Amino acid sequence: MLKTRVIPCLQLIDQSLVKTVKFDKYGYIGDPVNTVRIFNELEVDELAFIDIRATKEKRGPNFEVLHQIADECFMPLSFGGGINSFDIAKQIFSLGFEKVILNSASFSQPQLITEIARVYGSQAVVVAVDVKKNFWGKYEVFGLSGTQNQKKNPVEWTKQVEELGAGEILLTSIDREGTWKGMDIELIRQVSDATRLPVIAHGGAGNINDIEKAVKEGKASAVGVGSMVVYQGKDLGVLVNFPDKKILEAALV
Amino acid sequence: MITIVDYGLGNLGSVLNMMKKVGVPAQVTGDLDTISKAEKILLPGVGAFDPAMEKLTGTELRKVLDKKAKEEKVPVLGICLGMQLLTRGSEEGELEGLGWIPSYTYKFPQTELKVPHMGWNLVKRNVPSPLTDEFDDEFRFYFVHSYYVKADSDQHSILRTQYGVNFDSGIQYENIFGAQFHPEKSHRFGMQLFRNFAKI
Repeated sequence: MLKTRVIPCLQLIDQSLVKTVKFDKYGYIGDPVNTVRIFNELEVDELAFIDIRATKEKRGPNFEVLHQIADECFMPLSFGGGINSFDIAKQIFSLGFEKVILNSASFSQPQLITEIARVYGSQAVVVAVDVKKNFWGKYEVFGLSGTQNQKKNPVEWTKQVEELGAGEILLTSIDREGTWKGMDIELIRQVSDATRLPVIAHGGAGNINDIEKAVKEGKASAVGVGSMVVYQGKDLGVLVNFPDKKILEAALV
Repeated sequence: MITIVDYGLGNLGSVLNMMKKVGVPAQVTGDLDTISKAEKILLPGVGAFDPAMEKLTGTELRKVLDKKAKEEKVPVLGICLGMQLLTRGSEEGELEGLGWIPSYTYKFPQTELKVPHMGWNLVKRNVPSPLTDEFDDEFRFYFVHSYYVKADSDQHSILRTQYGVNFDSGIQYENIFGAQFHPEKSHRFGMQLFRNFAKI
């Protein structure tokens, strides 16, 4: 059996590790390189880093920090944030990242998905689909750290990026992100049902039960976790941790 | 000393760093002189088959590699796409492979299973090989690939993995070895594989 991946989705602002709530307010977590060392020891499945301000602040990724992260990491790695050209993606791969994550560029220059996939393979291109529910309860896709409404339906958009050559979807519920309130199973299920691509469900996981639901009811291929692996608990202090592997495996069988 | 061949594709930093971590001397280079003196060669690779073969076919590097592998018979380990390059060719591309192991690279059939095969999966030993010493049933590796290798003869299949099809996740023909997964991204399991290769 293919092991279901549980992926810490870690947020950077330049060289600092942070954690947001609903893509907005954030708390400072610490040094990303130290955090990678801890996740190595915990033998985590995979890590994703996203610089949540790289595009907004109109600067590229901090390659120096990414280099240090890649050097320390003995597990698969993805990076997103500020990737708006083939050359930037190329630099990320050459540092030792397996995958790049595109969000803003997937709207402004969708051909970049195809271009990267052609050289590095589809499996190396993740598209981050960030979703909010509007006042009428309709799902809408957002760009630019959740600030730019793209007026797109997540299911339709996922199908489009699949055709463009994306290899994986990082599906985030902005409404649930950082809240510990459980994941948006309806959203996860709609998107997973509509695509052959692996879907990483992200946003709202607070415990193993939430992860299990995303996989069993939502049909997610993988689950992204944030708050629960960098905090001791809701409203508690910073503690880099990972759920017990045996309990996790039992829940995901 | 393991010489990791840099031919402009692939994530070599992490391979080098894992070798450092387990105390295996290694260097990354694209320099032909250095490669022609190599005691052991690691051929990495990510991405698609043809762009990778384009960087080798007809080059001086290809000549040096052929000599090392076929005449001098130094141990060669191809990982990820590097393993697929060891085969005759691939359903992914038009170009001929290196053809150092009697084998071919096939596309995963369309089933309900998602392609690429991406994630951790188990490997099972088939024919015993020094590359898979001390592997037990717990051994799992990180895979990312849309095409898989099948050796022509069962005798050259050293590791098997089940994903819709039962494919060869490890192959060996004389001094040439291939591993489909990413050892450098597979924690202690990858470290064991690199230790084994260093001892061959």
